[in-house]
Amino acid sequence: MMNYKESVVIMKKELSGYFTTPIAYIVITVFLVITGWFFFSTFFLYNQAELRGFFQLLPLVLSFVVPAVTMRLFSEEKHSGSFEILMTLPVSARDVVLGKLLAGAAFVAIMLAPTLSYAVSAALAGSLDPGPVVGGYLGALLLGLAFSAIGVFASSLSKNQIVAFIIGLSICLVMTLADKFLFFLPSPFLNAVEYIGADFHFRNISRGIIDSRDILYFLSVAAIAFIGTVRLLGDRR
Amino acid sequence: MISVNNVSKYYGDFCAVNDISFVIRRGEITGLLGPNGAGKTTTLRMLTCYLAPDGGRISVGDHMVDEEPLEVKRIIGYLPESAPLYADMMVYDYLGYVGRLRGIEGGERLREISAMCGIDEVMHKNIGELSKGYRQRVGLAHAMIHDPEILILDEPTSGLDPNQIVEIRRLIKEIGKRKTVILSTHILSEVEATCDRVIIIDHGSIIADSRTADLKSAAGGAMRLSVRTKGAGFGDLAATLGALTGVRSVEPLDDAEGLSAATVRGEGGVDIRPVVFAAVRDAGWDLYEMATEHETLEHVFRRLTRGGDDEL
Repeated sequence: MMNYKESVVIMKKELSGYFTTPIAYIVITVFLVITGWFFFSTFFLYNQAELRGFFQLLPLVLSFVVPAVTMRLFSEEKHSGSFEILMTLPVSARDVVLGKLLAGAAFVAIMLAPTLSYAVSAALAGSLDPGPVVGGYLGALLLGLAFSAIGVFASSLSKNQIVAFIIGLSICLVMTLADKFLFFLPSPFLNAVEYIGADFHFRNISRGIIDSRDILYFLSVAAIAFIGTVRLLGDRR
Repeated sequence: MISVNNVSKYYGDFCAVNDISFVIRRGEITGLLGPNGAGKTTTLRMLTCYLAPDGGRISVGDHMVDEEPLEVKRIIGYLPESAPLYADMMVYDYLGYVGRLRGIEGGERLREISAMCGIDEVMHKNIGELSKGYRQRVGLAHAMIHDPEILILDEPTSGLDPNQIVEIRRLIKEIGKRKTVILSTHILSEVEATCDRVIIIDHGSIIADSRTADLKSAAGGAMRLSVRTKGAGFGDLAATLGALTGVRSVEPLDDAEGLSAATVRGEGGVDIRPVVFAAVRDAGWDLYEMATEHETLEHVFRRLTRGGDDEL
């Protein structure tokens, strides 16, 4: 029996919480400045109407931005003591974690929305192949969901937001860069590491090849982090 | 309404609550009284499903806390100590949020509860900007928004000024006419002012569970006076006062400040003030002070833990 109503109420509260404080605006501005610079600085060099520069860098940028967005979700509650109030309302740990995870993922979606203007610019400049763009945005949303789940998990580990951020950042970075650290491994091992890494699956999708294995990968990462968080918080001892 | 059977709770090796049992009936205001660290908050947290007990069983209404926590949470309204509410939310938004999580839609109930708790004028302020008194009242509104059968308040008056304390107590008494209320406190007078019944807890164990009136009469049985005089040494004073009828013992007081000072204890039910005064006057000493010592929580504890009041 899963009741989504409570999760939706929590999601709305967290999402509006982002926008009533300056956090949302600061994070979105930083994100757009960084991605915009990387996109436009290489756009005219390649002389091709594509968003490759933007999508190539996206996993790395999201590794920093998403944990920064999600770090407060549980840390702040535990720090201020409001966690006790939340957990004594008639909601289960699962409702709460799902609500917060969806808020994080929705925030990533909102943050990505203005970057659609890059696609429009590219389309105006030349003939843009829609496949990689659609794939890229689908991949970005899935990546955002998976990283949000990791960030929420990290946030539930510590009362301290900075600690939560660093834990979340570390996990996301390892997943993004694993195959780049380990290029010296023999190729069968490297393939396995590559398969575990998020960047490999994101590259596949953002080439415009939408494969169920890649989609399943991101959903599995999100599910594992989600279940881990629920376990951690549901344990009242 | 609530029954707690042989419940224990450990934090690592530390035993916070040790095999406690009690029953709370519908429509009572019960005070959980004890010094800091006695296990009051832990007990309340187990009742509200925030912590799971390590042993024993707790039922609230018709539900066991470990089997149907959501049902238990639905019939309880709980305010943790110092009301840790979201500081960056507006009162109105916050109460709306809690209402929606509790399945209450619409502003009707919000208006009702804000009038009842006297928070109309702060509904559009951020919780973080409120004074402690208002924040506590918002906390009460949060706990009562769904009109719960059981209201559980952890140290509801701590950190408030005397006027706010009186207000909150009045509110609690008002609610207690219709609901079951449990509150924790380390202040004896708080229990006397608000509670029908008191459970005294120390080092994780219950050491007394009685009606407040009974506790009071037990406390007021034997009279204790502190007496300060000039003109005689403590020896003379003790000999003179100790010989009076109705006086059981005379002990020196520490802070004599150059006077002869003593704690005089009477037999149960005897007012020894007139004879003590007469004795001092007849001896020709100057009486600087004679005061009835009120029974403090500490005295009640010592009496209850050691039995009898000779050891006081």
